[in-house]
Amino acid sequence: MQKKLQEFRGTANYIASEDLMNSVNVSRALGRPLLIKGEPGTGKTMLARSISEGLGQQLIIWNIKSTTKAQDGLYIYDTVQRLYDSQFGEHDVSDISRYIRLGKLGEAFESDEPVVLLIDEIDKADLEFPNDLLWELDMMSFFIPETGVTITAKHRPAVIITSNAEKELPDAFLRRCIFHYISFPDPEMMKEIVRVHHPDLEDRLIGEAMEAFYWIRSLSGLQKKPSTSELIDWVQALAVGGISLDKIRKEIPLLGVLIKKNQDFDIILKRLSTHGGGQGSSKTKPSIQTIWRG
Amino acid sequence: MFVNFFYELKRTGVPVSLTEWMTLMEALSKGLAFSSLSGFYHLARAVLVKSESHFDSYDIAFQNYFKGIETPVDVLEQAMEWLKDALPPYMISPEERKLFQEWDLDKLRRELDERLRTQDGQHHGGSKWIGTGGRSPFGYGGYHPAGVRIGGESLNHSAVKVAAERRYRGYRGDETLGVRQFEVALRKLRQLTSRTEGEKDVLDLDGTIDATCRNAGRLELVWDRSRKNTMKVVVVMDSGGSMDPYIDLCSQLFSAVNRSTHFKDLKFYYFHNCIYANIYTHPACVSRYAVNTYDFMRDLDPEYRLIIVGDASMAPSELTMVGGAIDWAEMDNEPGLLWLERITRHFPHAVWLNPIPVQWWEPRLYYGAYTISLVRKLFPMFELTLDGLEQAIKSLKARF
Repeated sequence: MQKKLQEFRGTANYIASEDLMNSVNVSRALGRPLLIKGEPGTGKTMLARSISEGLGQQLIIWNIKSTTKAQDGLYIYDTVQRLYDSQFGEHDVSDISRYIRLGKLGEAFESDEPVVLLIDEIDKADLEFPNDLLWELDMMSFFIPETGVTITAKHRPAVIITSNAEKELPDAFLRRCIFHYISFPDPEMMKEIVRVHHPDLEDRLIGEAMEAFYWIRSLSGLQKKPSTSELIDWVQALAVGGISLDKIRKEIPLLGVLIKKNQDFDIILKRLSTHGGGQGSSKTKPSIQTIWRG
Repeated sequence: MFVNFFYELKRTGVPVSLTEWMTLMEALSKGLAFSSLSGFYHLARAVLVKSESHFDSYDIAFQNYFKGIETPVDVLEQAMEWLKDALPPYMISPEERKLFQEWDLDKLRRELDERLRTQDGQHHGGSKWIGTGGRSPFGYGGYHPAGVRIGGESLNHSAVKVAAERRYRGYRGDETLGVRQFEVALRKLRQLTSRTEGEKDVLDLDGTIDATCRNAGRLELVWDRSRKNTMKVVVVMDSGGSMDPYIDLCSQLFSAVNRSTHFKDLKFYYFHNCIYANIYTHPACVSRYAVNTYDFMRDLDPEYRLIIVGDASMAPSELTMVGGAIDWAEMDNEPGLLWLERITRHFPHAVWLNPIPVQWWEPRLYYGAYTISLVRKLFPMFELTLDGLEQAIKSLKARF
């Protein structure tokens, strides 16, 4: 690594906090995978996209499902195609390498340009999945016994791994990662984030929406607090719906965009009728009906 | 370099390994900390700490090692304790804010000191004591904006200050947390039928195709054993009056267990303080919902994992004396302890989750501790927190 690493500084449409950018750069400098955790909807997946954009490198996404095996990321030996060719085709079936298809990890290794590899939602897979990748991520190479070829990374890809903490990850795997927890953005930062997504909205609309949003998040007893991505959708909905500004905090219209659980709905409506949203201007107590009209 | 910091981290409970420490050294030699303390704070955390539930312990260790903050941790701790169960924050307008801008910080500090010395518990609302939602200058979420904020959220930039702020407190593993965290923990409570026993009765399609192709096209069927979760769980909850303070916590656990779809069978029962000849299918423990405890044990085979949730705090007579039951209706000629023993004998896999914090289980501190110690002789008892639940699940999974 002679040439100085290009530093990641966030991009125009993704606001990264100082320490997040630091973590990204540390992981790149050390050549370790970066493990990202955080509340759902805080932009974990978006981060990889923004890194690839910021560095001008191609992004390769490996989406993990509950059935994904570590092997799938390396290569697949397409035996069915080979059998088919042997019976009906005219290809030369003795050349097995024609039937080896590289997985996402293999693709990232083989790329001639440095790339960003996103392993998305690693916790979805089986418990042993991360362990099965230790060697490959450490050594940046793997061996294909069918053809006797070793695939080695031409450039060490920047590996970003996201997790929703549905399962615990094995210690051996964690030891090799750089860890970053995306905490919930504070109002200042949130304003910036919303601005980035909706550059031409009125300041007041965003301000009012944010007040109401943080008021809802501050309520105790919610089963699922609304997250950043829900706020962004809500602001969009408010703007499209042409909701008048003074209603936003008092009535919290279109609440369904923010809240997905019935019990949470009830809690908010109850609080709203006793407290009033945001500033607690409880002089005008909205009835349930006015809330639904919004 | 910073070797003592390594041990300090270990001491506060962050599981750091040597590999990670060497990685940090490598990072430092590459100048990734930018020669600043806050750079070091973030770098070391990213490299050494792998779970947000350890962030808080990291902050404490960082604080201890790079001292220079004024508030002793335990005082802060105590004040934070009072600030729990917060009222919703009360926002103020800029006009109101102006009214408070002339407050003298030193005076406030002195007063806070004074309050810390004299306050004896939680106070929410009101205008003097440390608490939330009121007009007191101390606490958070109140509308005394010139006050001293304790906990809550704010923006701070210096590393030691950030550490001292301990903003990851809420993520601690030994704090009780929400439904989701409970669910994640419960997911570990599973016992798959093993790959080595049972009929091979499921067609392994991928395996068949693969084997057939490798066999140059001659069909070769591959069979596999199906894997199912065989875990059966019965949850028995104390619904007595002394459990009232923990209703939120218990209902979180309840919904988490209820939502766990991966159990083969799941049953709920209730009792009041202790289990006697009857056990109930409804939280209102009245005779209409009663089930004979013998029937209960007969219906549920010993393979069931028994989770009892209760504070185990009662008058000792309720456990040790014949007819000691708190409800008069409970006519019984055997003491509660005997019933509990009978139940543990029937269910070899049983745990008791107690919402009362573990530090109160010490007999001299708390009135219920004596009966807790009696019950603990029969059941492995764990605190009803995320850590406690995880330990409980580990002990439930153990095979005999």
